[in-house]
Amino acid sequence: MELSVRHQTTYRYETPVSEVALRLRLQPALLDNQTPRDWTVTVNGALVQSFRPNAFGDGEGFFHRRTGVEEVVIVAAGLVATRDRAGIVSGFRQEAPLPVFLRQTPLTRPDGALGDLARSVADPDRLACLHALSAQVRDRIGYRSGTTSTASTAAEALAQGQGVCQDQAHVFVSVARCLGIPARYVVGYLLAPEGDQALRETHAWAEAWVPGLGWIGFDATNGLCVTDHYVRLCCGLDAQDAAPVRGSVFGATAIAIQADVMIGVAGPSADQQTQQQQ
Amino acid sequence: MSFFEMQAPDGAIRACYAEVKRWIDETGIEGLHRRMDEAEAIFRRIGITFAVYGEGGDPERLIPFDLLPRVFSRLEWQRLEQGIRQRAQALNAFLYDVYHRGEILRAGHIPQELVYLNPAFRPEMLGFDPPGRVYSHIVGIDIVRTGPEAFEVLEDNCRTPSGVSYMLENREIMTRMFPGLFAKGLVTPVDNYPALLLKTLKEVAPPACKGDPVVVLLTPGSLNSAYYEHSFLADLMGIELVEPMDLFVENDRVWKKTTAGPRLVDVIYRRIDDDYLDPLAFRPDSLLGVPGLFHAYRAGGVTLCSAPGAGIADDKAIYVYVPEMIRFYLGEEPILANIPTWQCGDAEGLAYVLAHLGELVAKEVHGSGGYGMLIGPHATKAEIAAYADRIRANPGGFIAQPTLELSTVPTLGETAVVQRHADFRPFCLVGEQMRLVPGGLTRVALTEGSLVVNSSQGGGVKDTWVLRS
Repeated sequence: MELSVRHQTTYRYETPVSEVALRLRLQPALLDNQTPRDWTVTVNGALVQSFRPNAFGDGEGFFHRRTGVEEVVIVAAGLVATRDRAGIVSGFRQEAPLPVFLRQTPLTRPDGALGDLARSVADPDRLACLHALSAQVRDRIGYRSGTTSTASTAAEALAQGQGVCQDQAHVFVSVARCLGIPARYVVGYLLAPEGDQALRETHAWAEAWVPGLGWIGFDATNGLCVTDHYVRLCCGLDAQDAAPVRGSVFGATAIAIQADVMIGVAGPSADQQTQQQQ
Repeated sequence: MSFFEMQAPDGAIRACYAEVKRWIDETGIEGLHRRMDEAEAIFRRIGITFAVYGEGGDPERLIPFDLLPRVFSRLEWQRLEQGIRQRAQALNAFLYDVYHRGEILRAGHIPQELVYLNPAFRPEMLGFDPPGRVYSHIVGIDIVRTGPEAFEVLEDNCRTPSGVSYMLENREIMTRMFPGLFAKGLVTPVDNYPALLLKTLKEVAPPACKGDPVVVLLTPGSLNSAYYEHSFLADLMGIELVEPMDLFVENDRVWKKTTAGPRLVDVIYRRIDDDYLDPLAFRPDSLLGVPGLFHAYRAGGVTLCSAPGAGIADDKAIYVYVPEMIRFYLGEEPILANIPTWQCGDAEGLAYVLAHLGELVAKEVHGSGGYGMLIGPHATKAEIAAYADRIRANPGGFIAQPTLELSTVPTLGETAVVQRHADFRPFCLVGEQMRLVPGGLTRVALTEGSLVVNSSQGGGVKDTWVLRS
C-alpha cells in the first residue's frame, strides 16, 4: 500500500526567539516494511538535508538558525510504500545490541504493580506472552486523552488506569523489559481504520524482540501487530528518547505547539503525478 | 607495617631519596616550616583553590601543600610507565569494543548486562568511530603502593580526570623556591605536559578539519570547582577557554561566536559531564550545553575529548575486569595489578563482604571521592551494622576491598619529618600515540594513620619526582 503523509509541527513564541536548534527524527528509514519516496523535511520552508543514521539506525537531522522568528513550522512529507509482514519489522541498516533494550528509564522504571503485571503475563512462549501483555495493557489502561502528560511514567499510567498511546507503549516496554524481553518505544504514523485523516497526531507503539522472528511491532492501543497501515519514524528507550522533534530555543518560551498529521492512501492521481514527473 | 618510601626499616635512606634527605637535614625542620609558609602564601596569591575531580567540598578552600617531594627512581618509573600505558591502551580498546561488536562480552569475559545496562554506558555512541578510535584521551590512573615492588591500581579515571595543574604548579613552586634542588638536573621535568596535551588533542582532529586544528577547552563556567584548572590549562596551551553559550552548531560543524563573526572549532577538550554536553542528545532539562553538538560529533565535524560514554571504562563495577581486558585485547599479562575486589552483586561476594565488613573498605559502585565509603577497621560497630543494611538493600551498588597497607612518604610534621600515607595519579595522554610525562599528582593523607587522601577529607598534595638515573 502506498501512503501519503504530511506531518506539520508548529511552535509559536510570544516574542521572537534569538536562536532555534532542533533535533529531527522525521525521516522514515528504508526497511523491509516500508520504502519512502520523495520524502522531504523543511523548517520554515528551508530543506533539512543533514539526516544520517543514529545509533539505532533511525535518520536523525539537525536544524539551527540564529534569527528572530516567532513561529517555527516543521513539515515532513512524502510517500511511503508499506508492506504487511505480519508484524515483523526488519531490514535495519544498524542494529544495537539487544540487551541495550532492557534498559529501564525514568519513564519506564517498574514499580510493584508493573512487576505484578509482568508475572501475570509471563509465558515461556514469548510470542504468546507479548500478545497477552498487549491485551492486558489495552484492558488495564483505557484510552482517554488529557488524563496524562508527556512526563507521565509507566507506573503512573497503570495506577491511573487511563492514558494515551504513549502511556500504553510505556507500560508495554516496561513490563517486557521486566520479563527480560528487549523492547523499545516506536513513533510513527497510523492510517486509522476508519479512513483517511482520522488521526491528527503521530502514533506510538512498541517493538519487542522474539528470537527467530526478530523485532515485532505491537500496537497495544489498537490491540494489533503492525500492518501496512503503519509508517515507522524512529525508536528509543522511551518517549523522550524517541521524540521525533526535540528543540532548544533561546530567548522565549513557546506559547503554543500544534502537530498536524494528514495520512491517506496515495490515490491514482498522486501516482499519475509522480509518473508524469518521471 | 607500611612501606616507608624514604627509609628502610634498618634506618638506611633509600638511594632515590638521598638528595631530598640531604636537603631536609641541611634546611632543618624550622627552616622547612618557614619555607612552607612562603609556599602557602604563593599558592594563595595565585589562587589555586580547587578540589580534585568529583570530590566536591568547598572550592575556595586551599588544598594543603606539603613541601617534601615524593620520589620515584628511574627503574620504578619505567615499570610504572609500562603498566600505565598498557592500561590506557586496554581501556580504549574496551571502549571501542563495547560501542561496536562487543567481542569481550560475546566471549563471556564480562557479563553483558554489566555493560549494556550500566548508566555510564551511552547507547547513543553505538556504531560510531571516533577519530583514531580514541575515547579517553587523558587517562588518570590512581595507583597505590604497598611495598618496594608492589604497585596496585585503585581506580581508573577515563572521563575528565583533574589534578594535573597541581602536578605543574607544585613543581613550579618547588623550582622557584629551591632552584638549588633542581640545578643538578637529577629530576625529570614535567613542564612539557601542556604542549603534549595540545599535540594529542590536535592528533584526533575530526575528518572535516582542514589545516591546523583549532582546539578549545569547554568549561561549565567559573562556578565549577575545577575552573582554575580549566583556565590554567587553556592558558598554558594557548587555546581559548569557552563556555557552552559561546558555541553553536551549523552545517554539521561547531562555531565559536566572536565579534569578528563565527570561527570554526575542530576539537573540544571538554570539562563538562556527558549529561550537560548537548540538551538535544542528553539531558533535555540541562541549561548548559551546546544544542546539536552530539550531531556534529557523529557527523565527523568536531571531536569531543573525552568521548561521551567513556565513563563505562572507569565504572567501579567494570574495574575488576581491567586485567581481563589487558589479556583479551593486548595478549599481555597486566603489569600493574588490581586490588582484590569483592562484588556484592554476586551471592558469594555478598556473603564474604557481610561476614568480613569490619576488615574491609566498602564503596558505592557509582560513588567517588571518598564519600559514602566505609573503612571497616576504623568504623564503630553501629556504623558497620548500618552500612551492612545499606549493602543488603542494594547489593549491586557496592564493592569491597581489603584494607591496604598504603606506603608512606616523608611529610613535614610539627617538630620532625613524619610518615603519611599517599597515593599517585599519573596522566596518560592518548592520541595517535601515547604520551606520559614522568610524574603525576601525589595526594597525601595529612592526618596520622589516615588512609583517605581525598582533599575533601583532609588530604594534601606534594611534588612528585622521577629521577633521571
